[in-house]
Amino acid sequence: MLTPSSEDDLAEVIATADGPLCIKGGGTRGLAVEGTPLCTSGMTGITLYEPGALTIVAKAGTPVSEIEATLDAEDQMLAFEPMDHRPMLGTSGEPTIGGVVATNTSGPRRVQAGACRDFLLGTRLVDGTGAIVKNGGRVMKNVTGYDLSRLMCGAHGTLGVLSEVSLKVLPKPETEATLIYTDLNPDQAVPLMLTALGTPFDVSGAHFGPFHYREPRKAYLRLEGTEASVQYRIQQLKAALSEFGECHAESDPAKSGEIWRNARDMTALSEMPFVARGSIKPSASPEFLSCVSQTLATTDYLDWGGGLIWMGATDSQLRENAEHFALESKEQSLFSEELFGALSEYMRYEDGHLRLVKAAGSTNQSRFQEESAALTGLAKALRQKYDPRGILNSGLMG
Amino acid sequence: MEMPRPSPEILARKARLVSRLLDVLPEDAVISDEAETRAYECDGLTAYTCPPLSVVLPSTTKEVSDILSICHAEGVPVVPRGSGTSLAGGALPTADSVVLGVSRMNDVLETNYDDRIIRVQTGRTNLSVTGAIEDDGFFYAPDPSSQLACAIAGNIAMNSGGAHCLKYGVTTNNLLGVTIVLMDGTVVEIGGAHMDSCSYDWLGVICGSEGQLGVVTEATLRILPKPEGARPVLIGYDSAEVAGACVSDIIKAGVLPVAIEYMDRKVIEVVEAHAKAGYPQCEALLIVEVEGSPEEIDEQLGVIKQIARTHNPVEIRDASDADEAARIWLGRKSAFGAMGQINDYMCLDGTVPVSALPYVLKRTGELAEEFGLEVGNVFHAGDGNMHPLILFDANKPGDLETCEALGAEILKLCVEAGGCLTGEHGVGIEKRDLMGVQFTPQDLEAQMKVKDVFDPAWLLNPAKVFPLESSASRRERMKSAA
Ligand SMILES: Cc1cc2nc3c(=O)[nH]c(=O)nc-3n(C[C@H](O)[C@H](O)[C@H](O)COP(=O)(O)OP(=O)(O)OC[C@H]3O[C@@H](n4cnc5c(N)ncnc54)[C@H](O)[C@@H]3O)c2cc1C
Repeated sequence: MLTPSSEDDLAEVIATADGPLCIKGGGTRGLAVEGTPLCTSGMTGITLYEPGALTIVAKAGTPVSEIEATLDAEDQMLAFEPMDHRPMLGTSGEPTIGGVVATNTSGPRRVQAGACRDFLLGTRLVDGTGAIVKNGGRVMKNVTGYDLSRLMCGAHGTLGVLSEVSLKVLPKPETEATLIYTDLNPDQAVPLMLTALGTPFDVSGAHFGPFHYREPRKAYLRLEGTEASVQYRIQQLKAALSEFGECHAESDPAKSGEIWRNARDMTALSEMPFVARGSIKPSASPEFLSCVSQTLATTDYLDWGGGLIWMGATDSQLRENAEHFALESKEQSLFSEELFGALSEYMRYEDGHLRLVKAAGSTNQSRFQEESAALTGLAKALRQKYDPRGILNSGLMG
Repeated sequence: MEMPRPSPEILARKARLVSRLLDVLPEDAVISDEAETRAYECDGLTAYTCPPLSVVLPSTTKEVSDILSICHAEGVPVVPRGSGTSLAGGALPTADSVVLGVSRMNDVLETNYDDRIIRVQTGRTNLSVTGAIEDDGFFYAPDPSSQLACAIAGNIAMNSGGAHCLKYGVTTNNLLGVTIVLMDGTVVEIGGAHMDSCSYDWLGVICGSEGQLGVVTEATLRILPKPEGARPVLIGYDSAEVAGACVSDIIKAGVLPVAIEYMDRKVIEVVEAHAKAGYPQCEALLIVEVEGSPEEIDEQLGVIKQIARTHNPVEIRDASDADEAARIWLGRKSAFGAMGQINDYMCLDGTVPVSALPYVLKRTGELAEEFGLEVGNVFHAGDGNMHPLILFDANKPGDLETCEALGAEILKLCVEAGGCLTGEHGVGIEKRDLMGVQFTPQDLEAQMKVKDVFDPAWLLNPAKVFPLESSASRRERMKSAA
């Protein structure tokens, strides 16, 4: 295991590597490719935090927990609410800020505040040739040169290994509350969530699904702000959504917070051997789910008002689908592969895309749905430029 | 400003090129007459002009693709153009280039309030995007001061911002999809109504690439429900330091205004003479605007005024009705026009950390004195995006050069203070030769690799963004290949 302790060290390690490298932050996402593990955990520390400028800069290996604690002390937060994958994937380790940025991980508040990539102000990284590159910076507006930082965000380390990231943070709301609507199916829940998001009442979360798949389905809408403002908006929103029936307002911030932590981490899917996540036009999600359910058995949850679909499958659902595919094999990895392929097909039909998050027994299966030929070509050419030897998380993104 | 020498071979082939363009375009979409191409000789950076070989005004993505295929085959550089309001010379032609203007492509293709998106052709002006949806209670958030004229095409190319981006972000935060045509004519669809990218964040790198990666013909934009209401408060201070401290304290206190605008004494004086907004005469004036219901607005403004008072303001002025609110904004909105009336000016847009604002403002004043020119400051203080306006006289020999030299010093100062050369206007030709102040050769090399991938022949919007010596070897290679 390689654990460089500085950016120069990291550059040296990459420049002199004689084979593929598997880049790890905290390793909480279970994304393993073949190669010598290269861990960023030796590069830690917050290098700058200026609450009055809403800016934090940290080395890539800094634990997210350290960043959140530091921000919390000033009543600020990472507004994109990064998910903690450990509960769902059963992994251990400490999520790092570099890992969050490299995978563009964002939680429920993405629908209102934006994704990780929207809060990224700058990066420092080492590309596959060992060159140290700085892009962006620490200021909130910056259009100087091409935006490589966003290109790195979500590139899963395949174009370079991040050494430092700079993020915009936001004030933490004073309190929060959740409106809960019960007994809904997707055809009712999605219009409910989209209507709510189309009001001026600043809904900062719109989630649908039981937190355990055996319970009836509920839709959750989050409001955040000062006490008076939240109470006001609860009333306004209830009135605006009266056609969707009765709802219950959870005004205890601790209980509301618990709901959104579960939604963020998708703890309900922790027992499932198969999990995929789809990104889709929000209003198209009911049709997508209805098409899927006609032939396949999955357990689904919606976030981002319907724009994010979490799809899980239990052991028995996997077996049920295997029968549908007429699979002779007993290999669970094959079941997952077939299911992911079939779901991707449905997804493509809706112009969305699907990503594999968890598949028992499978490591080297592609996790990303294929893009158009033109984009696949550009992606290949890009990797060839930044990582000509193909050593950075090789194969992870095609 | 050095520009590469136009290729004599291309100039000699003008007639053939024009006839090939006429094969794929209607007659009125090709301009090759020298008197008429002159209308496209510059953008908002009027100090630099150069009429192009020809101008094409396509109406469809297909036509754009045909034009690019031809220019690619002919090895002719192409300069994409929206409305030509760039302040950085981003749309400045070269004599051997074809200007591809998207101004005829201005349709709304789809409005979808459920998913809160609008899809438009990119020649549509920024303000008319909001214009198409405001009756239904929605708006498009990025609001450059040039929004009446500038096009979504230019906004995407420059990743433009505006007064309200403290809350709503800049163009890149509000862009969900594009149709882009690559230099070889390939049409590529990226993103759409969904929120996450499938693999790499192509939109992220295209936005802000100054027309050098492809021609964007259509865009899916995020739209937002209009807030219940908005109200500004005006706060005057005796010194820039104190105003800067107040900005920082407001942000730290946890209220997030939609805008915090700043004006210095010079600008206040000019604006008073021009627009008579009735501003207090002081060193630094802040306009802070918040949104919400009347009660929510009162609550937030209460916190802001309380903070403002702890810094001993010269004046705090409330807006009790829409009329008074408009008066508070009047001066700010007419600032650029008013400055333009007294002299020529050059507008920089370096960004610095909010904490460095007082120091940078003070140093800017000192530098201005050293160079013997006047500078006024009016800018987006909440995000540290400065706009020093350097006044000069274009008819006075040497004044433009002095102004540019002062501008370069101010931008270096911004970088030294932890900031950047440009926060929203882009690099263009204007800041091209200063890129080395902010970036190492390796940093620039990494950026140019993206250009290599999208436009291997380096034909799109030549001689912008990268210092000529950095891109020299690439441009040479392309020439010898042609
Ligand atoms: C008075 C005034 C105030 C301004 N205020 C602001 C402000 O508040 N905030 C701000 O950010 N900017 C501001 N600007 C700058 C300018 O308006 C913006 O940069 C704007 O986005 C440019 O848009 P445009 O359509 O005029 O683009 P153009 O000037 O035509 O072109 C700008 C760049 O975009 C490229 N481009 C154009 N069309 C395409 C296309 N279809 N595909 C690919 N590339 C393309 C061009 O090659 C060029 O590099 C201001 C300018 C003026 C004159």
